Amino acid sequence: MSEPTSQPAGGAPEQPDGRRLRVFLVDDHAMFRTGVRAELGAHVDVVGEASTVAEAVSGIAAVGPDVVLLDVHMPDGGGRAVLDAVLRGSGVARPSVRFLALSVSDAAEDVIGLIRAGARGYVTKTISPDDLAAAIQRVADGDAVFSPRLAGFVLDAFAARSDTPVVDPELDQLTNREREVLRLLARGYAYKEIAKELFISIKTVETHVSNVLRKLQMSNRYELSRWAADRRLI
Amino acid sequence: MVHVPSAEEAAITTAIEPPRLYRSREQRVVAGVAAGIAHHLRLPVVGVRVAFVVLIGFSGLGVLLYAAFWAVVPPATAGPPKRRDLGELLPFVAIGLGVILIQVLVFESSGVSATAGWLVAVIAVGTGIIWHQSAPERRRAWRETLPQVPWLGAVVDESDRRAFLLRFIGGGLLVAVGVIGVVAVYSPRGDFAAVVNGVIFALVGLAGVGVVTAPVLWRTFNQLRAEREGRVREQERAELAAMIHDQVLHTLALIQRNAADPKAVQRLARGQERTLRNWLYKPTASPTERFAAALEQVAAEVEDTFGLSVEAVVVGDRGTDERVGALVAATREALVNAARHAGVQTVSLYAEVEPEQLSVFVRDRGAGFDPARVGDHRHGVRGSIVGRMRRHGGRAEIISTPGSGTEVRLTLPVGPENRQPGPQSPRPTPERRQPGEGQT
Repeated sequence: MSEPTSQPAGGAPEQPDGRRLRVFLVDDHAMFRTGVRAELGAHVDVVGEASTVAEAVSGIAAVGPDVVLLDVHMPDGGGRAVLDAVLRGSGVARPSVRFLALSVSDAAEDVIGLIRAGARGYVTKTISPDDLAAAIQRVADGDAVFSPRLAGFVLDAFAARSDTPVVDPELDQLTNREREVLRLLARGYAYKEIAKELFISIKTVETHVSNVLRKLQMSNRYELSRWAADRRLI
Repeated sequence: MVHVPSAEEAAITTAIEPPRLYRSREQRVVAGVAAGIAHHLRLPVVGVRVAFVVLIGFSGLGVLLYAAFWAVVPPATAGPPKRRDLGELLPFVAIGLGVILIQVLVFESSGVSATAGWLVAVIAVGTGIIWHQSAPERRRAWRETLPQVPWLGAVVDESDRRAFLLRFIGGGLLVAVGVIGVVAVYSPRGDFAAVVNGVIFALVGLAGVGVVTAPVLWRTFNQLRAEREGRVREQERAELAAMIHDQVLHTLALIQRNAADPKAVQRLARGQERTLRNWLYKPTASPTERFAAALEQVAAEVEDTFGLSVEAVVVGDRGTDERVGALVAATREALVNAARHAGVQTVSLYAEVEPEQLSVFVRDRGAGFDPARVGDHRHGVRGSIVGRMRRHGGRAEIISTPGSGTEVRLTLPVGPENRQPGPQSPRPTPERRQPGEGQT
């Protein structure tokens, strides 16, 4: 994964009310947390850190950040466990926090797994600070952060089963438009370039991308296990 | 602090240490007992052997003694065992038969006790075999004799297990036969009940032997298994350590030396990252056989040569042929052009395998140019990309605007007939090269 496909936003990202974004860091490497905190300090407020799943779950509940930067590989379950605990935890009202996965791994199973678990985007740790700030902003706004590689994974996943009987076509199949958008994303186009290329508005591009993400998250279990079995992930 | 003996001290220790009795490996005929004793007592080997054989005549005393020695005396550890000379065994067998014959002729009257003696000898041999087989020294001896090839020990142990079972069962049978025989011989009534008693006694005896040897056996096998597992773990560790050492440490050292040259550092770090990623995650495919692997190789080459990052995404996969090879070559040329002229750090490479065509897009956000103004003498684009694609029935488009980058679009129609395995087994993932600016 790399930089988000939008151009980095100029200046510090801000909420509509002028408040700076509140970001929570989850990573088991203290040095990396320190680095990210220093890099992001100019753009957002880092309101908390956690190095374990348990710390992260209680910390997120306590401070209620806008965006959580989530490491994928940690002891005791990693980012997946945090997502499951926060988004599907029992007894806790589902918080309006959004997750952006930030990992050194760009293996398909990690990327798709985190997205399916509910992350709104996935970037790797080699991303530049400006791009990371832009990605955080986009996630906070409700958009998906779709890198070319993530688009490639999705195309691959849906292409592999496009000629098998589709159980729920409404949900599982990408529309031609969505596929076109993904292809352009995979080719390295930014959202506004896609909009120009397809003669649609940027907002429409974002809608298509969000739909893809939703389909990815909500694909039924049969398709998911088939996809994983094809790739020997399970 | 361990006291390390000097050479003189060692010599003295060796000289003072009393000579121990070992079974000989060099001159053995059966188990090296006779040769070992002969060597120990400085007697002629033949004499000792004859003595053993003659002693067989006294109620099997020879066999009894031999078994006892075999069970107790450790084998000499120096050198691999020589092949036995079975021919040498023949005269002693002949002598033994002669002694038995004489005994039968001369002392025929002492029938019952002689038979009992023989049976006791049989029991002794059986127990000796069992005890001998269960001794952990035997296994240790294998490892000690061949320390330079530890795996051989495992192999030998593995194959030795069958021999072990055979001999253990053989020994058990001997003991059983002996016990049954003794009970039958000494029984006042020579009837069927005596044999049943014998069987019961034999079972009890065997159970006793089993109880005695079972813990030793269990420990030995456990130890063996633990050692094998440890060896496997050690091997994995060594492989990882070698990888880290050969690649990662060297790259880090190079990066330290090139710290002033950010371009070199980036190139080194990127190359290392790619290698490590491939090693950790990626199923290996041959670049000469698979389209995706070939594209990855091309992208890696360009990355290494020009020190920029190629953000490659490949959807689907298929086998290669001459035309697909041409597409890969044109892709390479497009990447090289972008690296050379665009003046950017990142180039996107996107390829998609569809049933009826292959498409490749190479895109940069660099300087761009006006295609209309490229001189006729510039063959890079015209010959290597457009011409090559046309020759192989494909198509190349170059879209470029000064200031906003260039995209090269390559398409190659393919027939479904030579499509590789099909949608059921697409390549596991798009390739995993790490894009990004590398500034963090």
